Amino acid sequence: MNELSASSRIAYRAAMVRPGVARRIRGLSDRTLAWLFITPTIVLLLAINIFPLLWTIYLSFTNYRANRPNAPVIWLGADWYQSILTDPDVWAAMQVTAHFVIWTVVIETVIGFGLAFLIDKKFRGHGIWTTIILLPMMLSPAVVGNFWTFLYQPQIGLFNYVVAFFTGRDASSFQMLGDVKLSPWAIVIVDVWMWTPYVMLICLAGLRSIPDYIYEAAEVDRASKWRQFWSITLPMALPFIMLAVLFRGIENFKMFDMVNLLTGGGPGSTTEVASITLKRAAFESWRTGYSSAFAIILFVSVFGLANIYVKALNKVKSR
Amino acid sequence: MSLDANRSALRRSLADGLLRRGPLEAVATTIIAAGVVMLMQPFSLTLYSWSFATTLLGTVMFTIVSKVRE
Repeated sequence: MNELSASSRIAYRAAMVRPGVARRIRGLSDRTLAWLFITPTIVLLLAINIFPLLWTIYLSFTNYRANRPNAPVIWLGADWYQSILTDPDVWAAMQVTAHFVIWTVVIETVIGFGLAFLIDKKFRGHGIWTTIILLPMMLSPAVVGNFWTFLYQPQIGLFNYVVAFFTGRDASSFQMLGDVKLSPWAIVIVDVWMWTPYVMLICLAGLRSIPDYIYEAAEVDRASKWRQFWSITLPMALPFIMLAVLFRGIENFKMFDMVNLLTGGGPGSTTEVASITLKRAAFESWRTGYSSAFAIILFVSVFGLANIYVKALNKVKSR
Repeated sequence: MSLDANRSALRRSLADGLLRRGPLEAVATTIIAAGVVMLMQPFSLTLYSWSFATTLLGTVMFTIVSKVRE
């Protein structure tokens, strides 16, 4: 009954369409129709991606401050870029970022590939273990940041008690988030805990893409397991490992949420990664022009790395 | 005459060999990677100062050469 009424409604509407309009729509070429369909997407893309980017580039050459929108805007040229690229404090923030990126990527790749290698052996119960290992990746960074703050509490935190159990030190004798030497490692541990499963997934895809007949041929040639690993497994999984390295490198280069929740850049500026410096300049000092220039510098670096990432992806695809 | 023809053929084959997408993309990728390393290294403020220009050059080069024929 409903179907009938629906079809009759459509027939009624079709009858009400003026013949001129119908002819005009029927007369559109495929190309025009395609443009008609993609125009809203292009307009949306221009409005939310391209325009803010161009506006940020413009602001990076001015003295604009978002908290003083009516103040006269003066063109400064490349002054902000020069200031950022000669500032030892920003350079220090870049080094903190480098420490974070290098250690997280190295540890995640080693552990992730090791886990993938084990999971690929398909032992009994490997399905449930895969699910358990993947759980941290599915949590929100905000949740992870909050509960690791509790885990790192010197008095009640589980992390300190586990370390105390294995080392014999007093649990409240050290603070992971309050110590200048330990806090950079505290954020590395949390990122490794959260994102190693992701690296494992990519490596697992690489390992599963290696055909069995290659190993069978190696067995016939009496190649040892060690030799098979170095001559077959690692070279064939390498593009996937590289993909994981690039992806984690890019993500951690712009890491903000987790570090902001865990340490907020402190103590002092020992965990002040580039994105935290940028946030402070933009929303605490309200130096919008300066922070726009800094954002463009970071954007160009990430865009450059993304180009390498796309190239690596195409290499993987062509296999 | 034949020497000139040989020279121009050699030049053409060299240009054909070098001006392909693969090698040019590899050069651009190396420049980008060098720029990012310069940005984050802890040894020289001068290298840090030139990092943005290097990365930008590599990125622009990559964007251009990705349109070059295979």
